[in-house]
Amino acid sequence: MAEATYLEAIRQALFEEMERDENVFLLGEDIGAYGGAFKVTDGLLDRFGEQRVIDTPISEAGFVGAAAGAAHMGMRPVVEMQFIDFISCAYDMLTNYVATSRYRAMLPCPMVVRGPSGGYVRGGPFHSQNPEAAFLHTPGLKIVYPATASDAKGLLKAAIRDDDPVLFFEHKYLYRRIKEDLPDGDHVVPIGRARTAREGKDLSIITYAATVWKALEAAEQLEKEDGLSVEIIDLRSLLPMDDAAIVETVKKTNRVMIVHEDTRTGGVAGEVAARINEQAFEWLDAPILRVTAADVPLPYSPPLEDYVLPQTTDIVAVARKLAAY
Amino acid sequence: MARVDVIMPQMGESIAEGTLSRWLKKVGDEVKRDEPIFEISTDKVDAEIPAPSAGVLAEILVTEGQTVPVQTVVARLETEKGAGVSATSAPAPAAGAGDGNSRASTSAPAGGGPPPKTESTAPSATSSHPPVAGTTAKAAPPNSLEERLRARSSPLVRKMAAEHGIEIAALQGTGIAGRVTKRDLLGYLEAGAARPGAGQRFAPSMHAPAGVEQQGPVPEPWPGDVVEPMSVMRQRISEHMVMSRRTSAHVTSFMEIDFTRVARLRAKHRARFEAENGQKLTYMPFILKSVVEGLKAYPVMNASVARNSVIYRKQYNIGVAVALDWGLIVPIIKQADELSLVGLTKALNDLAARARAKKLDPREVQDGTFTITNPGVFGSLMGTPIISQPQVAILGIGTIEKRPKVVTGADGEDTIAIRTCSFFSISFDHRIIDGAVADQFLAHVKRGIESFPEQGF
Repeated sequence: MAEATYLEAIRQALFEEMERDENVFLLGEDIGAYGGAFKVTDGLLDRFGEQRVIDTPISEAGFVGAAAGAAHMGMRPVVEMQFIDFISCAYDMLTNYVATSRYRAMLPCPMVVRGPSGGYVRGGPFHSQNPEAAFLHTPGLKIVYPATASDAKGLLKAAIRDDDPVLFFEHKYLYRRIKEDLPDGDHVVPIGRARTAREGKDLSIITYAATVWKALEAAEQLEKEDGLSVEIIDLRSLLPMDDAAIVETVKKTNRVMIVHEDTRTGGVAGEVAARINEQAFEWLDAPILRVTAADVPLPYSPPLEDYVLPQTTDIVAVARKLAAY
Repeated sequence: MARVDVIMPQMGESIAEGTLSRWLKKVGDEVKRDEPIFEISTDKVDAEIPAPSAGVLAEILVTEGQTVPVQTVVARLETEKGAGVSATSAPAPAAGAGDGNSRASTSAPAGGGPPPKTESTAPSATSSHPPVAGTTAKAAPPNSLEERLRARSSPLVRKMAAEHGIEIAALQGTGIAGRVTKRDLLGYLEAGAARPGAGQRFAPSMHAPAGVEQQGPVPEPWPGDVVEPMSVMRQRISEHMVMSRRTSAHVTSFMEIDFTRVARLRAKHRARFEAENGQKLTYMPFILKSVVEGLKAYPVMNASVARNSVIYRKQYNIGVAVALDWGLIVPIIKQADELSLVGLTKALNDLAARARAKKLDPREVQDGTFTITNPGVFGSLMGTPIISQPQVAILGIGTIEKRPKVVTGADGEDTIAIRTCSFFSISFDHRIIDGAVADQFLAHVKRGIESFPEQGF
């Protein structure tokens, strides 16, 4: 199959699922005629019509609620947040209503909320967020955050077919920067399984989304300059989290660091570290270290954004410290 | 499926570690709940440990001969469809583990044993044994700053060191601030495999201060000699005896006891006693009764020394040494003062039988306050027994036999009579017991036996 970008992979997933199941439909701001702020849904209106590609008012709580109602009635809505930063407007709907509906009323809520996330694009505090940790704490939700085009496609298809609500974070920095040959056929990646992005034996980097690529760069550098063999685990799914894969890499290398683009305090890295502590403490040869964004709103200023977000050099420096411990 | 941890049980308050002496099951074996799966030795007892639940033995984490802190996970059971059986169903890993694990993490890497290079002088014949055997020395937590720094390691290194019986402090660390890393340990193990006698080191008991290791030259085996490692029990006895000699100021005094009256009582009541109770009537319960009376009259004999204080025990827990084919064990008759002659007989026979069958509960060898040893059964006339710490006295019973004795008759005439007699020896700790008191105690026991009342059978 032809090479596809991360963004094209997402569009393919939407297209294929809408073809496959007429209950799948899209909701969002400017996703129809305009094709979405990043053109993810470009061309879908022409193919599937206004009944299945619906432009909404600027009211996240409203259209997430509408999607939940449709999902209860057997539809499979896919909601686009124009920027994932705005998902906070629908926080109440997602955490109080959507996440609890199966538990409260045995009402399945098979819907996906997806949107462009993350920084490294000079977007400033309202267009660069990584809100995954805010939802990680909510039982009833599933959270995925792919790093590759192939996973973006396969996980979105799995998310649409899932009978429970899934938050699907897309990294906008990766939209057009990475390309790969997508697998042929009905490519579905199961939710809840991590992926080994690189095999290694000296230390492990557990990460997800855009920092997978930073970690891969760092691993190259560490191998060349330090002779270190670095293993990289791409979590892909944050909820449910793949504990078995985490424990396996800890047992293999005994030295672990966790890298994510989101801010540090209360972030996913803390949860991963806690799980390692509970399940593989005796396999650790060094403390678990973190590389994350600083605990500040993301600055507009390019040098400040570079300083705040985790860079390859940060990962290399912490990996050296970990290896020397 | 669920995994259940099998832990090294806590063998009483004073026990910090146990040695896994034998696996009774192997990986893949199915076990029933409470079925014995391994044997342990502590410095006090050998015991079989039952499975915490039914299942299949999935993992063995501690090999035979390894000594590990209590609460250490020694194996894991895979339980059938154990969705409801979580790891917490194993005996108190959560609450208890805190203590056990912190012990492991603080004290395992400690201990200032000699560096491994000095061990290459050990007899080469012993090097055929795996370095694991009896080498998991554990010492008190490190005290000096240097020791604390040297003990710097990680959970993984501590686990590996425990598995291989390695003193972390003896290794050269290459990590930050001299930390011992996994790589250091693997390097040491690789090098150690080629070094004869590596890791063969005497394991001091928790009771013993460092330094009870063999002092003086280590003898070399001669051609044709057989070199066998000591059993765990033998090592513990060895350590305890040396430690006791170093601790107490031993003095032994002797008295001859006339058993003629007791022998007559015994002959008179024996048949009925055995018919009623199903137990043999021996001399031992008579001695126990009289000893307890003596201890009550002279409380310092039933005491312990705690630095500059004397602890007078209000329980009379009498240990009776039982010789085994593989060593010696001292089960305790708890609160012997509350037992009748029948009760004492039953307790004694029961404990001795279970000691020989390795069925003693660890609690049954703890908290003794006074000990009786009976070498007389082998024909010994008298001995000078070593005190079982932290007690302060031990009574030795010589053989009970008929002897010619000069007795003065009612008419004042001396005659030679045939009397049933035995020499008793009392070894006592002169730190707190003076000879006069010990002899008065022994005289009290003597009077008790020689005028044993007719009633109470």
